[in-house]
Amino acid sequence: MITEENKQGLFFMHSGDASQPYRYTVGTWGSKFLTELRDHKQFYGIRCPKCKKVYVPVRQVCGPCFTEMTELVPVSAEGKIVSYTILRFQFLDPETGERKPIPYGYGIFRLDGADTNFQHFIAVPEDESRLFIGARVRAVFREERRGSLRDILHFELVAD
Amino acid sequence: MSAAIVGVAYNRQERRNIRQNIAEMVYEVTTQALADAGLEIRDIDNVVTVSNDFWDGRTISSMAVQDACGSYEKNISTVEGDGTFGAFYGLSRILSGEYQTTLVVAHSKGSESDMSLVTNGMFDQFYVRPLGVDNLISAALQARIYMDTFGVSEEDLALVSVKNHGNALKNPKAQIAKSITVKDVMASRKLADPLKLYDVSPISDGAAAIILASEDFMRRNPQKFRPVFIRGAAFCADAYDLGLRDLARAPALKKAAERAFQMANIRSVEEIDLAELYDAFTYMELMWYEGLGFCPEGKGAEFLKSGATQIDGKLPVNASGGVLSAHTVVAAGLIRIIEACLQIRGEAGEHQVKKEVRNAIAHGINGPCGQSHCVFVLSKEA
Repeated sequence: MITEENKQGLFFMHSGDASQPYRYTVGTWGSKFLTELRDHKQFYGIRCPKCKKVYVPVRQVCGPCFTEMTELVPVSAEGKIVSYTILRFQFLDPETGERKPIPYGYGIFRLDGADTNFQHFIAVPEDESRLFIGARVRAVFREERRGSLRDILHFELVAD
Repeated sequence: MSAAIVGVAYNRQERRNIRQNIAEMVYEVTTQALADAGLEIRDIDNVVTVSNDFWDGRTISSMAVQDACGSYEKNISTVEGDGTFGAFYGLSRILSGEYQTTLVVAHSKGSESDMSLVTNGMFDQFYVRPLGVDNLISAALQARIYMDTFGVSEEDLALVSVKNHGNALKNPKAQIAKSITVKDVMASRKLADPLKLYDVSPISDGAAAIILASEDFMRRNPQKFRPVFIRGAAFCADAYDLGLRDLARAPALKKAAERAFQMANIRSVEEIDLAELYDAFTYMELMWYEGLGFCPEGKGAEFLKSGATQIDGKLPVNASGGVLSAHTVVAAGLIRIIEACLQIRGEAGEHQVKKEVRNAIAHGINGPCGQSHCVFVLSKEA
C-alpha cells in the first residue's frame, strides 16, 4: 500500500508484531494478598508497626516511616468511593489487547479497615447519578480465580 | 547560585512530525541553541539528554541522539523524566565546579506509539497496570477529587482551556491554538468524566534544548551573552502510589516551591512577574497556582477569574499557551524554562507580555497526577 507519506518520499517502519513479555515476581506479601483473594475472596492489608497505618494493597515498607511491615490484617471487601471516572472512549486493555467496551467506570476506593486507597473498575449503573464520592461499594469476584488483581471483576454500588 | 541559561531553542510542536526522526529533531534544537548562545559544540563540556524509553520504543534512548546532540567523546547521561529535572541535573553539574557548560536536550514523539499503553506502563504492574489505568484516567480521578473537595465546577476548569488555547494563537510553535469559549469546552467530546477533549493536552512531537553556563565561563569568554540567571531550583516527590496521596492537593509542589523561593530570596508572590506551568490538564493549572502559593488552597478558580493570570494580568501564566496547547512529554518542562527565559529576555515574540519580566517561574512535573514537581526561579539579574 502506498501511503500519503510514501508519496512525499518519507517512510515509516513498524516495530513488528512480536511482544516483549515479562514474568514479574510479585513478592512475599503480594503473593499472600493474591492467594487470599483467590482462595477466600478476602482482602488483606498490612500494618505499619510505627504509624499503625494499614496499607491495601500490601507492601513491604511503609515509605514515610521507612519501616518494614509484617502484620497482615483482614480488611473488608466493602468500602466507599473516594473518586471515580466514567470512560467515554475506547482504549486497549493491556491484559487482553482488546478494546474495552464503553462506557465503563474506574474508581478509587477506601475499603473498611484500610488507611490507603485501592483502585479498580466500578460498574456503571443505568442511572449514572447514583455514583458519587462517598457512595458505598463492594467487590464482585470472578467465579474462576487465578491469583491476579483481575480475580476481582469490579466493584459495584451496595444497594441501599 | 552561579549559573545561567545562555542558549535556548525548541522546535514547532506538532501532532505528527513525519519529516524528522528523533535525532533530526534533536540536531535542529541543539544547533539552534548553540547559535542562540553564540557558542560552538566544542565549547560544550558535557551533555544531559532527557528521554523516555517507553516513548522512544528502545532502551538507552540517549544513544539514538548521541551524534545529534554533539556528545561524542563527552560526558553524557540521561534523565528519564521531565525536562525540568534534566535541567536540574545539568545545573548540579555546573554547580559542582567540574563543568563549565552543559547542554540539556529533551525529545519526545508521542505520535509513534499508543499514549494509553505507554502511560499505563508507568503504573505498578501488580495492582494498577492490569486495570488499564493511564494518564487520562488517573487525571480524571484527580480532577474529580479536586473539584469535589473545593467546590470547583467544570466551567471553572474550562476557563483555563479558553485562556491557554487563546494565548497559543500568538505562539507559532504551539500545536493547538484557537479562540474558544467556555461553551465550546463544555460541548467538546467527553473522554473521562469530568474531563472533556478541550480539558486535555494533545499528543505531540517535539524537542527542546538549553545551554547552561557557569559565571566563570561567561567571564572568560568574550561573547555577548544574554544570560538568564537561575536563582532557585528545587524538586520534591510525593508518593508514587495514587492510593497513598491526597490527590486534591499538591504538597510536593508546595515543598519544592518553598525551597526554590527561599534559595532565590523571593519573599512574596508579588515579586514574580510571570509563570510557565505544566498544565497537562485544565484542572492542574488551578492546583499548581495553589501549590505555588499564588493563591490560597482551593481558590485557584477565583484567582483565575480575577484576571491575574491572563497575558496582561499581574502574574501571567502560560502566555505561551502552555502544555494544553502542545504536550511533548519530557520536553514540555524544558519548554516552560525556555519560554520563561524568552519572556525575561523580551524575545518571546507576539506573546511577549507587555510589562518587564524580572523574575519568572518555570515548572515541570513527572509521574502520575503531578507526583513530582520541579520549580525554577529564573531572573534577569544574578
